[in-house]
Amino acid sequence: MADFAWVSSSASAVPAATATPRHSAVVRVTHWITTLCFLALLVSGVEIVISHPRFYWGETGNVLTPSLFELPIPASRSSVPTGYGFVLPDQNGWSRYLHFQAAWVAVFTGLLYTIYGLLTGHLRKNLLPHGADLAWRELSIVIANHLRFKPPGEAEAWSYNVLQRLTYLFVIFVLFPLVIWTGLAMSPAIASVFPATVTVFGGQQSARTIHFFVSVFLLFFVLVHVVMVCLAGFRSRMRAMITGRAGGHTEHS
Amino acid sequence: MSNLSRRKLITTGLAATAGASGLAVATSLAHRYGLIPPDHGGIYGAGETLTYASQRMLTCRSLAREFPRSQISKTPFANGRPPKDEVFRRLQEGAFAEWRLAVDGMVARPASFSLAELKSYPSRGQITHLACEEGWSFIAEWTGVPLFHVLNVVGILPQARYVVYSSIQRGWWDSVDMADALHSQTLVTYGMNGGELPVAHGGPIRLRVPRQLGYKSVKYITRLTVTDSLRGFGKGLGSAAPEAGYAWYAGI
Repeated sequence: MADFAWVSSSASAVPAATATPRHSAVVRVTHWITTLCFLALLVSGVEIVISHPRFYWGETGNVLTPSLFELPIPASRSSVPTGYGFVLPDQNGWSRYLHFQAAWVAVFTGLLYTIYGLLTGHLRKNLLPHGADLAWRELSIVIANHLRFKPPGEAEAWSYNVLQRLTYLFVIFVLFPLVIWTGLAMSPAIASVFPATVTVFGGQQSARTIHFFVSVFLLFFVLVHVVMVCLAGFRSRMRAMITGRAGGHTEHS
Repeated sequence: MSNLSRRKLITTGLAATAGASGLAVATSLAHRYGLIPPDHGGIYGAGETLTYASQRMLTCRSLAREFPRSQISKTPFANGRPPKDEVFRRLQEGAFAEWRLAVDGMVARPASFSLAELKSYPSRGQITHLACEEGWSFIAEWTGVPLFHVLNVVGILPQARYVVYSSIQRGWWDSVDMADALHSQTLVTYGMNGGELPVAHGGPIRLRVPRQLGYKSVKYITRLTVTDSLRGFGKGLGSAAPEAGYAWYAGI
């Protein structure tokens, strides 16, 4: 399907409007809602961490117990010894409200995307790598191309390469569930209903520490994702994700 | 093309109608079962209501995790500073013998309890986690009389929906719904780790609500008011927390 689309559009006979969109409307809308949620969760998450930039392992931890590690940043609470001579303003109230509101929107968006992806075959067709691509020989070629910053070929404007597929699947089905789970594990109410959500991580403070690292991973993914979009052609990739139209060769038409 | 757009229009219309009526039904059900938090207004109201409603439905029978003695924290951190005013100092000098906990509002027999009276009631101990919304935590053994016992003594009226509790520290007051007020682990706490509850941790009396974050466990409480509505208290948002920008419900 994808092959047909880009072959025919390169023949410049097919107007963009009737061509299959690069990304379906559901994918585009859920992508941008998730982007907004991620930004809200990131900003509010940073604000929440600032109130206690110390991390622990196990069930408990406070300023009187040794930390696992500390972020070298000032804190918004005077009770945390940071070495800085000042205390940042407390932003935890609205940050917590915003964090959970954005989390709800992200969860609903994720559910919509997953159900859509399963029903329409989007996940199977567009994200599941082809068996042959997973062979080490094929993988090593793709990895080498990435390491050499080789610009993507024509076909890649219409289909994800194997590294993209694996990364997106990892983010959607490993990092997202893990960040939600560790977030819920910090809730005393959720822990009262499902104690295993916490004990499986070895305690509430362990869950908080893992939540932090998964968030750092997600931030790293977003940064690399944006860099890759710029390298592949910012305008064409943005247009594909906003309007659905893709293909560098239709640009002049 | 026109077929397609008509079909789209009909589908979108049906989906919008179904969504709107679903939302209306959900809202009226949430009102009936008390699943709307007092701070449901404003831009974060939707998320807050979803959190409170979903956690209330999940937690109807749940118990906060309790730990073995070996897990009691050796260094429980005491946040904030005890009251410095003359009234508190004099009460402290008298070993809090004069401390009173008044219970009023929608109760059959309003009363005022001394510390000794509270200690004469059947006590309960629990080793639970106290987690602050900032991120730190400790585990301690808390001893006290369950709030439901105190409420049984005064006899709450059937229309009671919330219990408001206030501290001798000016500006500190909070409230819980009846699910937490009548919960077996919600304690009028006067003991910690085998001794008296230290002043730094809220002594002589702190209300422990272990299924919520630490800020719901208000220290130095002097008054409980049973009510059917939180409108008349402060700005009507349920506690001092939302007035300072924090959520009323702190289960997460």
